[in-house]
Amino acid sequence: MTGGYGGADILHDCTIGVEQGEIAVIVGPNGAGKSTAMKAVFGMLSIHQGTVQLDGEDITRLNPQDRVARGMGFVPQSQNVFTSMTVEENLEMGAFIRRDDISDTMNQVFDLFPILKEKRRQPAGELSGGQRQQVAVGRALMTQPKVLMLDEPTAGVSPIVMDELFDRIIEVARSGIAILMVEQNARQALNIADKGYVLVQGRNRYTDTGAALLDNPEVRKAFLGG
Amino acid sequence: MDGPLNSFLLLSNFVLVPGMAYGSQLAIGALGVTLVYGILRFSNFAHGDTMAFGTMAVILVTWLLQSWGVSISPLPTALLALPFGIIATIALLLLTDRWVYRFFRREKAAPVVFLIASVGVMFVMNGLVRFIIGPNDQRFADGERFIIKAREFKRLTGMSEGVTFKTSQGLTILTAVIVVAALFWFLNRTRAGKSMRAYSDNEDLALLSGINPERVVMITWILAAALATIAGTLYGLDKSFKPFTYFQLLLPIFASAIVGGLGNPLGAIAGGFIIAFSEVTVTYAYKKFLAYNLPPDWAPESLMQLLSTDYKFAVSFVILVLVLLIRPTGIFKGKAT
Repeated sequence: MTGGYGGADILHDCTIGVEQGEIAVIVGPNGAGKSTAMKAVFGMLSIHQGTVQLDGEDITRLNPQDRVARGMGFVPQSQNVFTSMTVEENLEMGAFIRRDDISDTMNQVFDLFPILKEKRRQPAGELSGGQRQQVAVGRALMTQPKVLMLDEPTAGVSPIVMDELFDRIIEVARSGIAILMVEQNARQALNIADKGYVLVQGRNRYTDTGAALLDNPEVRKAFLGG
Repeated sequence: MDGPLNSFLLLSNFVLVPGMAYGSQLAIGALGVTLVYGILRFSNFAHGDTMAFGTMAVILVTWLLQSWGVSISPLPTALLALPFGIIATIALLLLTDRWVYRFFRREKAAPVVFLIASVGVMFVMNGLVRFIIGPNDQRFADGERFIIKAREFKRLTGMSEGVTFKTSQGLTILTAVIVVAALFWFLNRTRAGKSMRAYSDNEDLALLSGINPERVVMITWILAAALATIAGTLYGLDKSFKPFTYFQLLLPIFASAIVGGLGNPLGAIAGGFIIAFSEVTVTYAYKKFLAYNLPPDWAPESLMQLLSTDYKFAVSFVILVLVLLIRPTGIFKGKAT
């Protein structure tokens, strides 16, 4: 993919992919184009070279809403819940495009995040940061996506909550959903990643399994602080 | 000991009952303003004239029904005409959206551009109404005028003060309760209503969730049209219909919406009653009220009126200024900044 927000390109021949049931993590220094790469996959900015494919189908020309309908879920980094609406209503809105019975999916989300079941009648704006992230992930799961994209899901939460969130993300992946995420906490994220992409200035610098990247001395030295 | 009781009846007659009715009218008007603000994110200055248009449509249908001899006495014929007025107003607002606001939405224009556009729409609607029905006062209330007459009240209770309860006041309060209950049911219980709240809360996330903004906007205009027509008709039944008065209602209606917190429906209702009761209590002459409660030789000679009714709009204005200075988000934390 090559593209940007109009003006100079931010991404240069950048390649990102994830398979069903896998976790792929995009890491890299600030301004490397991590979030931009994710937005390009989701269709929030125009790419003028390259393609985006879902299940072998070319979706490069679709807008984000249509991509949601095709099976992509996206959790933005901030403002990712409806703060004035209850947890349950947030999940209902996540399933807005579905016309069938959503109660099974909602129960699955509640099984995954039991705390949300407890707080289902509470406005999402009153929850803690970690709980909000759970609502945000839960909302995106309500469409039963094939690919779930998370933009820095652990931004601003405590290390304990971060570990728990990662555990839940692994669980989501085990259920057969492909997960693509951008993370600041590179070491922890690569730990759970099947695939890691190290981006520098909008280009793929290293691409390998998470474990291999963690073992790679150059990656450790340059990006993981030794 | 009849003094305090009589003075309470006096206040009920001149402050409590009229305040409740006027408050209900303002609340329904302010709900329309606040919904449009919450979804389309601009202050719709054409709302007063939308009310005028809706009421005009109701009046025309009322006259038609009256000429056919249709009547639901003791209730006013206007109630029968109300649905037709609402449909006409919905058509007007949807056309306005298609011809004016949709263009600015595609341009992603700033809220202030929408606001100015709405001023233009206001002038057009204003002209349209005067062109069709004229600038003069129109009375269209028929049916039984009173639920309780002052004289009957006195005869029944033996008190020296009577309480009048007009049909229009009773209808206004009853309708307001029904309208508010229906609106809140819609916003909190239905898919379309929830999608409106979601869109108002977080536009980007609503788009990501597959909520169609054009549909949300359409529902908003339909609700605004219905609320404006109902508020306008109730006000017209209670007082009278004059296009200019409806334009003037814009100030207390906006004051109500802002006091409660723009974008917050609950706030619009609270704001409506706050503004109405402030206006009525400040412009009421307390002479007789004090005479009932004070020793005879203390009774005041002046009217004991804080502000002449000519200045009633100043009340809304002062409250508006105070709220914007002290708590710009309103009582219930709206979206306005």
